[in-house]
Amino acid sequence: MASIQLDKIGKSYGAIDTIREIDLAIGDGEFVCLLGPSGCGKTTTLRMIAGLEQPTRGGIRIGGRDVTHAQPKDRNIGMVFQDYALYPHMTIADNIAYPLKVRGVAADARRAQAREVADVLHIADLLDRLPAQISGGQQQRTSLARALVHPADAFLFDEPLSNLDARMRVEARAFLYHLQRSRGMTAVYVTHDQAEAMALSTRIAVMCAGDIVQYAPPLEIYRRPATTFVAGFVGDPPMNLIAAQATRTQAGIALRAGGLEMAPIASWPALDLALERGDRITVGVRPEHLRIAAGDGNRLRGKLFANEAMGPESLVTLCLDDGVRITARVFGDAPVRIDGDAVFAFDAARVTLFDAQGNRIDGQN
Amino acid sequence: MNRRTLFSRMAFSVGAALLGAAFALPLIWFVFAPFNAQADLDLAMPKPPTLTNFARVFANRAAVGALLNSLLQAFGTVLLVATTATLAAYALARTALRGKRVIEYVLLLFSSVVSGSAAMVPIFLIVNALGLIDTQVAVILVFTGGLLPTAMFILRDFIASIPRGYEESALVAGASPWRAFVDVVVPVLRPGVTIAAVWAFVQVWGGFLIPFVLLRSEQRMPASVEIYSFYSQAGTPIVPLLAAYSVLYSLPVIALYWYVNRKYGFRFFGGIKS
Repeated sequence: MASIQLDKIGKSYGAIDTIREIDLAIGDGEFVCLLGPSGCGKTTTLRMIAGLEQPTRGGIRIGGRDVTHAQPKDRNIGMVFQDYALYPHMTIADNIAYPLKVRGVAADARRAQAREVADVLHIADLLDRLPAQISGGQQQRTSLARALVHPADAFLFDEPLSNLDARMRVEARAFLYHLQRSRGMTAVYVTHDQAEAMALSTRIAVMCAGDIVQYAPPLEIYRRPATTFVAGFVGDPPMNLIAAQATRTQAGIALRAGGLEMAPIASWPALDLALERGDRITVGVRPEHLRIAAGDGNRLRGKLFANEAMGPESLVTLCLDDGVRITARVFGDAPVRIDGDAVFAFDAARVTLFDAQGNRIDGQN
Repeated sequence: MNRRTLFSRMAFSVGAALLGAAFALPLIWFVFAPFNAQADLDLAMPKPPTLTNFARVFANRAAVGALLNSLLQAFGTVLLVATTATLAAYALARTALRGKRVIEYVLLLFSSVVSGSAAMVPIFLIVNALGLIDTQVAVILVFTGGLLPTAMFILRDFIASIPRGYEESALVAGASPWRAFVDVVVPVLRPGVTIAAVWAFVQVWGGFLIPFVLLRSEQRMPASVEIYSFYSQAGTPIVPLLAAYSVLYSLPVIALYWYVNRKYGFRFFGGIKS
């Protein structure tokens, strides 16, 4: 296993910068997810680590060794592709053993090692079949086995679970977690599914439009999102974001928006600084920090839009006057009255504020 | 069914039967004539069926040798076309070459010129200057030049339908680009190469002008040219021998089609499913 460093990596196609400038340090044994919407450059970044794309600028090191211009075969990596990319003319055993074959391992040893990995992944009884003869989940595990059969320095995953159905995906996710943590593999994992990133990562790099917006452990990303983009991307449902107008009053900073009733808050230096740049402040509240309540305090007032019972919890959505939808995660039953008035209450301490540029205002909690 | 539709149905059936017969007659002749010692251009049941025609053809050394020459030229060309076209098509399909489309178009345009009769004089002059007149190498090279662009075209579409992930996964598994090509692309591409190879074989097998112009001595002529030895001095065909030789001449092509059809079927032209 080895660490991976990306130093000011950039990739341009003609005049278009797909990746602007990325610095990323992945420690030995870390599981880092590149998380972002499609087109954010996460797959391109992974392919540059693999050597399948050449960076336009910057350098890549694996285990301290400069591999920026090395061929993929000289990087000693294992990779799992989104569509698995199993060779249709080879049996499962030959597919798994292929990395050993190109390294000149004898046929007997290849067969034995392939069987060993297949055992771990519960596909040992499929070794003589062809890829077309096994299910999608089995193909996924075959592709994983092929990446694992040789002791690589780093493992790269390109949305490996996205072709599985929901149930298989959760199962495979826990399996991957266990495998990576128990073996101490260095893993880079591309996904657009924030739940996968949260579940698997030691650190998440949230990407947007060719940049890394935030690089931090999952809970840090969740609790202290660096920007409104991260706040709106991570979490299911994501953080509620309400655009508000800030004004200074004698009682403190008053935040006003349609349906938002919030007591003025005492300012602090970072907020003062943010207000100098603009008075458009975004108020962020996680769904689990809202509760259905009457009474005084900080409230969001609107019409009930939907009430989805999920079992242990209900997702209650209300529509503010200006059409903004706010979702609360309510444990237990929630009153169901479509278009009825509903009120959510929250603690000011649970609120995250973002400045006019969408950056989190630091130092509040 | 009223009288009118009945009549039109009958008319259609009679018309279709006549049309079918027009196409079937030469084939029926082709089945019977070789086994008829007195065959002429009329359709006749052989009485009795005999193999004397074949015996006489096999006694003709030049005619048998010509079949072997045809095989040599066809296999030589197929080998060369299949190898070079696969490599060239792979490069064309997988690289981001500037002006790729123009190159492809020009190549395709020229291919019909090279194998066409218009270019025979320059081709003859070139081959003559190379000192290759009356050699099988010249025939194979000229055929290859003519067939290569179309073969590349056929193969390019096959290659384009192979997911890049196949090669990429081989590359990250530790294979060199060449190794990935040999281990992964070539086996997956086999149906496409077979199609191109069979097509090239048939082209060479039936080719007349190129060997006729480039070869001199009778012992090097392919069957397509040698078949004219079954004409008398006066230019009239010796029908029984011609018929028997024609059967022998068409056997390899029939065998090839049978083989391909059995192995892949002729429906896989749409590409490969992953």
